[in-house]
Amino acid sequence: MDPHYQHLYNILANSQGYIFPNEIDLQWGILIVVYPFITGLVAGAFILASLERVFNVKILKSTYQIALLTALSFLLVATMPLISHLSQPQRAYEIMITPHSSSAMAIFGFVYLWYLMVVLLLEIWFDYRHSMVVWSNEKKGVMKWVYKILTLGVNDISPRTLKWDRKLGYIITVIGIPSAFILHGYVGFIFGSIKANPWWSTPLMPIIFLFSAMVSGISMVMLIYMVINYIRKKAIEVNVLDSIGKFLFFVLILDFTLEGLDQIQRIYEAEESFEIIKLLVSGKLYLTLFVSQGLIGTLIPLITLAFLQFYKGKIKLRKTLYFILGIMVLIGVYSMRWNVVIGGQLFSKSFSGFTSFKVGLIGLDGTLMAAFWIILPFGILAFLLWLLPPWKMIEEEE
Amino acid sequence: MKPYIPPQIPRLALAFAIFISLFILLRNFLVPDTFGQYGHYRGASLIDNAQNEIHYAGQKACFECHQDIQDLKAQDVHSDIHCETCHGPGQKHVISGEAGDIIKPSGRAFCGNCHEVNAAKQKTVVFQVDLNKHNVGKNCIECHNPHQPWEMKK
Amino acid sequence: MNSSRRKFLKSAVTLAGATIGYTWLKSSQVFLYAAEPKDESLPWYGIVIDISKCIGCGNCAKACKSENDVPVEPFFFRTWVEQYTVRNDGTVDIVSPNGGIDGFQQRVPSEDIFKSFFVPKMCNHCAKSPCIQVCPVGATYDSPEGVVLVDEKYCIGCRYCVQACPYGCRFIHPVKKVANKCTLCYHRLKKDLAPACMEVCPTGARMYGNLRDKNSDLVKFLKEHTTQVLRPNLNTGSKLYYNALSSEVK
Repeated sequence: MDPHYQHLYNILANSQGYIFPNEIDLQWGILIVVYPFITGLVAGAFILASLERVFNVKILKSTYQIALLTALSFLLVATMPLISHLSQPQRAYEIMITPHSSSAMAIFGFVYLWYLMVVLLLEIWFDYRHSMVVWSNEKKGVMKWVYKILTLGVNDISPRTLKWDRKLGYIITVIGIPSAFILHGYVGFIFGSIKANPWWSTPLMPIIFLFSAMVSGISMVMLIYMVINYIRKKAIEVNVLDSIGKFLFFVLILDFTLEGLDQIQRIYEAEESFEIIKLLVSGKLYLTLFVSQGLIGTLIPLITLAFLQFYKGKIKLRKTLYFILGIMVLIGVYSMRWNVVIGGQLFSKSFSGFTSFKVGLIGLDGTLMAAFWIILPFGILAFLLWLLPPWKMIEEEE
Repeated sequence: MKPYIPPQIPRLALAFAIFISLFILLRNFLVPDTFGQYGHYRGASLIDNAQNEIHYAGQKACFECHQDIQDLKAQDVHSDIHCETCHGPGQKHVISGEAGDIIKPSGRAFCGNCHEVNAAKQKTVVFQVDLNKHNVGKNCIECHNPHQPWEMKK
Repeated sequence: MNSSRRKFLKSAVTLAGATIGYTWLKSSQVFLYAAEPKDESLPWYGIVIDISKCIGCGNCAKACKSENDVPVEPFFFRTWVEQYTVRNDGTVDIVSPNGGIDGFQQRVPSEDIFKSFFVPKMCNHCAKSPCIQVCPVGATYDSPEGVVLVDEKYCIGCRYCVQACPYGCRFIHPVKKVANKCTLCYHRLKKDLAPACMEVCPTGARMYGNLRDKNSDLVKFLKEHTTQVLRPNLNTGSKLYYNALSSEVK
């Protein structure tokens, strides 16, 4: 028998209660869990970078370029889980040429392009242009031409022009903040606007996605900062970590409050879908929701970060704590994406039964593919850090 | 005196203009011709959907040749049941005259599909029998003519 | 450039931008998707299913698969039949073995049954269809006759429409790898033939017709009976009206 059908027969045998016959197979799998995770990292990393630029948080200066390059690395990969999940990926371009204006998914192509080209690439360009001009003069051979092309031929590094680099970069950053909100907020809207699915349908969904995105982005930048400095054998400055930790703490409180509010309201209103959702949450989603997302991803980091605001303790312990907390928070945010995407499809729209979900290992929709899309950005980041090293940038005279 | 325009701006404006023009050009080639004819979809798709193969011919087609069955059926309780309900899709048979997908159903399970007693079936809509008790072992059509079910054969 | 000319240019551009933006927003149906039956000469199809007449024979689901090239495996259905059994203790059993194609066996002893009935399901061909609203490329649409169709040559397989349908009518065809669903046998309607499921229903539980024609059997039925749609709170503009729909039905 066709292995796909064998797989479906197994799921049929494992289904509980009544599900509509067409609901046997989950439509959106692990790749659709990975996609919001990746764009969340982009939005979060960018917001962190913007904090330094727009709100002049000087202590985060050393993480500014790292945050931008992290955002770019993940953004370059962001479309791939989506395209590899389509059952007709060769037609993916249709979303760019005939976008259906009533569909939230259709704006993806243009929001993505806008964010990539007008926000991220431009901001990085303005920030690095001075250094790229200098490097294009210093280097020889291929690299000379690479940098020359990257400067787009604008070789003027007079103080007047450099001032415009900073001015224009500032404007782009300001535009970038709402753009980052839209880039990730629309993903939340894609879920939140589906009235057919009560686990997804809530006006809070875009906001919840956004705040958990910021949490994940901030943690990711913090971890990358620590790893890069470790590799380069530079000091990991604990006040930078404290500063990032403080923002993480506040955003995590907001995230926790919003998600808690969503659930409290749902439990209080107890409308039609509540019975099946109660079964979902206490059964199939128990581990990923309460343990992975709630305990590991939110409560323990919250309490630890709260503790660290008042009692600093030994520096080495703090650094280790931040590292572990960063990983825990990322696990929590990934679980949140899992709980939303997979959780919403595990129960039937008849509100009378459950199907089951088993992630395959191989294949375009499998765990290995998902892992590849998550790991690839780190490779791209390594390349970008080699091409545009933040620590070799030309220092501006203030 | 010419106002100062920072050199980044015209260069970036050029880069974006080139990109946008390329995009618009490409789009013109890629959008299907009939797109937008009736709405936000490919107009030709209506034709695609209308051209699918027909498998069920419809009762009228059967009656063109099988007038006798039509007359028989009209006299009894199966009068409102269309031929292909029991005999399967008939288009191939109508076109070629060969049997095609036509089946001559037989067996208690077949009739039982409708007539087996079930609490969910309305008794006023369908006459039901308990096939575990009613003439067990016999084929329904040994006694009942499916086109005239109440005219017993024996 | 002097300041008055600059001011004029600024206001002209703003005005032009606002006009373009307004006309685009108005025409692009950015928010609610609602079908507008444009051509008055064409029928506007509606469907009635009379639950009091369905006997759960499953012929409709079987004929649909033959007519429309749907794989016979029990995972893909353009239409299916459910059986509801409400017991005396109030619990409700819902089953649909192989979509009802092989008929139904009574599983609950009659003395425990409060009431029991069959409910055929199919695409509701919604006038305010959420599946059309969410399609990102325009691969699913409302035909001028009000039939919701899929463009198999354009669908990218993103499955957003499958998520958005509150009735579970859509699936991804395992061979064609695009979205698939009941088309009200559009190819038959265009040749004045009844949809396959309605052709083979032995009790006449399924009806279709022109909602615009006040003299059609369909409209007369709607006038004389009390009908409901599924999930009315979701405002899908469903054109599938059920007679004798009981509150247990989802």
